[in-house]
Amino acid sequence: MERTERYIIAGSLVALAVLFAAVLYASQVKGIEVPDCITGVEPYKEGSLQKISDNHYQWFVVARMWNFEPAEITIPAGATVDIYLVSKDVVHGFQILGTNVNLMAVPGAIAYQRHVFNKKGTYDVLCHEYCGVGHQQMHTKIIVQ
Amino acid sequence: MERVVKLSRFTQRILWWELFIPTVLLVLGVYHGLLQTLYRAGIIQSTSFLGLEYYQGLTLHGVINAVVYTTFFAVAFGNALFIYYLEKEPKPLWNGLSFGLMTLGTILAAIPMLSGDASVLYTFYPPLKAHPAFYIGAALLIVGSWVAFFNWIPLYLEWHRENPDKKIPLAILGIMATFIIWLVATAAVAVEVLFMLIPWSLGWINTINIPLSRTLFWFFGHPLVYFWLLPVYIMYYVMLPKLSGGKLFSDNAARLVFLLFIVFSIPVGVHHQFTEPGLSKDTKLLHSLFTFFVAVPSLITAFTVAASLEHGAWSRGARGLFSWMFKQPYWDKDKYLFPYLVMGLVIFIFGGFTGIVNASYNMNLVVHNTSWISGHFHLTVAGPVILGMLGMALYMMEHISGRRCPWRWGAMVFPYLWTIGLAFLSTGLMIGGLHGEPRRTNLGITYLNPQSDLYRPDWETWTTITAIGGVILFIAALVYFIAFFGTLIWTKAGDEVLYFPTSEPLHEERKVAWLNQLAPWIMVLIFLIVVAYTPAIVEVLENTYANAPGYTPANPLPQLPNP
Repeated sequence: MERTERYIIAGSLVALAVLFAAVLYASQVKGIEVPDCITGVEPYKEGSLQKISDNHYQWFVVARMWNFEPAEITIPAGATVDIYLVSKDVVHGFQILGTNVNLMAVPGAIAYQRHVFNKKGTYDVLCHEYCGVGHQQMHTKIIVQ
Repeated sequence: MERVVKLSRFTQRILWWELFIPTVLLVLGVYHGLLQTLYRAGIIQSTSFLGLEYYQGLTLHGVINAVVYTTFFAVAFGNALFIYYLEKEPKPLWNGLSFGLMTLGTILAAIPMLSGDASVLYTFYPPLKAHPAFYIGAALLIVGSWVAFFNWIPLYLEWHRENPDKKIPLAILGIMATFIIWLVATAAVAVEVLFMLIPWSLGWINTINIPLSRTLFWFFGHPLVYFWLLPVYIMYYVMLPKLSGGKLFSDNAARLVFLLFIVFSIPVGVHHQFTEPGLSKDTKLLHSLFTFFVAVPSLITAFTVAASLEHGAWSRGARGLFSWMFKQPYWDKDKYLFPYLVMGLVIFIFGGFTGIVNASYNMNLVVHNTSWISGHFHLTVAGPVILGMLGMALYMMEHISGRRCPWRWGAMVFPYLWTIGLAFLSTGLMIGGLHGEPRRTNLGITYLNPQSDLYRPDWETWTTITAIGGVILFIAALVYFIAFFGTLIWTKAGDEVLYFPTSEPLHEERKVAWLNQLAPWIMVLIFLIVVAYTPAIVEVLENTYANAPGYTPANPLPQLPNP
């Protein structure tokens, strides 16, 4: 190997280290995290929205062929929502457009992500994993007032 | 005169069929690629077109293009490399068995796909359940490719015994690395298919652990992409410098690259599972870190291959910093393999960078399962991988059939047309994805249908650009198919031989022992698999509270054979 080649290997390692440091910064300092595994929550079969306090909600979502339950929720601006997600049948996806909430509903395990809805408006939630013939209509909304 | 190797009649026929069968199937796969873009742009607003349903076509597109074509090609290419570089012919009996198993498996899987009983896409995520023939066919295809590999191992060991002081030819080291990765990776999916999916689809067991099945799938699913890519890397290192008129900048760097892939390509699979439950954040972060390491050999490749091309241009009189980029045989019909490889490299710059985005843990939340992923994927598997394979399949076909391609101009222009089409396709898919456009979705019925409540006019621009890309890619593919199938029916012009353009190293480097042995690298691989996958498997087993029965794509009620 030539010297230039050894430089390029070292340079590649440095560049990747910088990129990974940025990932760690976003995760540890900015708190942008991927979903962790949830074990403390009892598996549930019915979807619901539960108010803990004026600006704190728990949203228990059930994904099934081909809708989300409860369909369409309304919450006040500034609310912190703990989103739990299970599937009743096959694998589904759950992405709230315009946010970093991106989850998979996998049968047999509970997905979780917290999000603070600061901006008023209507957020589209769509299933982004193929779940059978009705996949393209699997959709819900969050209305933030 | 360059060295050519004569083929026995039997081996010539096997190689011919191993290239012919997947190319015929690719016609169907490419047709469904075009249709995907038309459905997604809302040009087709229907669940099916000409008797084939959207998700059925999507399944065919993925299985044929990404699994069947690539596996057949890798086996044919490996057989040819052993014959050419070691001058040892793989045992005909096992070679025939390997081909027979792969073909039988492909036919078995094709029947339920074509009848609509296996519309589960090529990732076949349970609990969507396909007809058992689909899983059995896939298993036979994989076992057939294992038989080919087991047929090469004795040749590799025999050569080492006969030539204790020589370096193993680079192409052979590369193909051994490819199939070591393949063997280890497919072992995990074999566990999923043999012990979970086949008994479940036959009705012998009612339910299976879904998070476990997904973790086993992605143990296989990510190294799969290196199984596609490494044969093309062999072409970049061994053949491309020669086509450019240059020499390989560093033989030892090339060896290091293949060996690093053995180590790093497998313990990274959880980066496909960042958004799902069952796995902890720590496991996800660990796999993200390992995925960054697997970028290293590709970055070395970018440098070494570019330096080799620069050397080629300099030896033809190019001077200055950039003129080497222009002084290359871009339009030389007799070196038509050059544009397939060089365009693949250009595309892979974008494929690689978008891959780093996907691997970046929290950044993955922005793109996971959006059409951005499909865009990235086409910049890799539909870029460098398929271009290299198509070019080499035609090149090999010319030599083993002793016929000259009658339309070399078409063969030469195809990779440029393909690159233009791919630029449109992936740009549309990726920007659309950043706007929330999901992958694997029949958008024409709802999101791209102005009559639907769910209509998204803001995606229209991006899906239209994607469809333009789809049309250009389809036209390009027609050019290729004319060149390929035209060669088969053209008059014979020479002997049925095997020939590969082969680069010499720029410097005669000394033999470095650890760059010429596989065993130490395999040990490191096993160590990293234990480190990366012990927590993953423990977590999915601990955190899954219930197993799941199977479902067919049209029925929300479970299929329970023994209620």
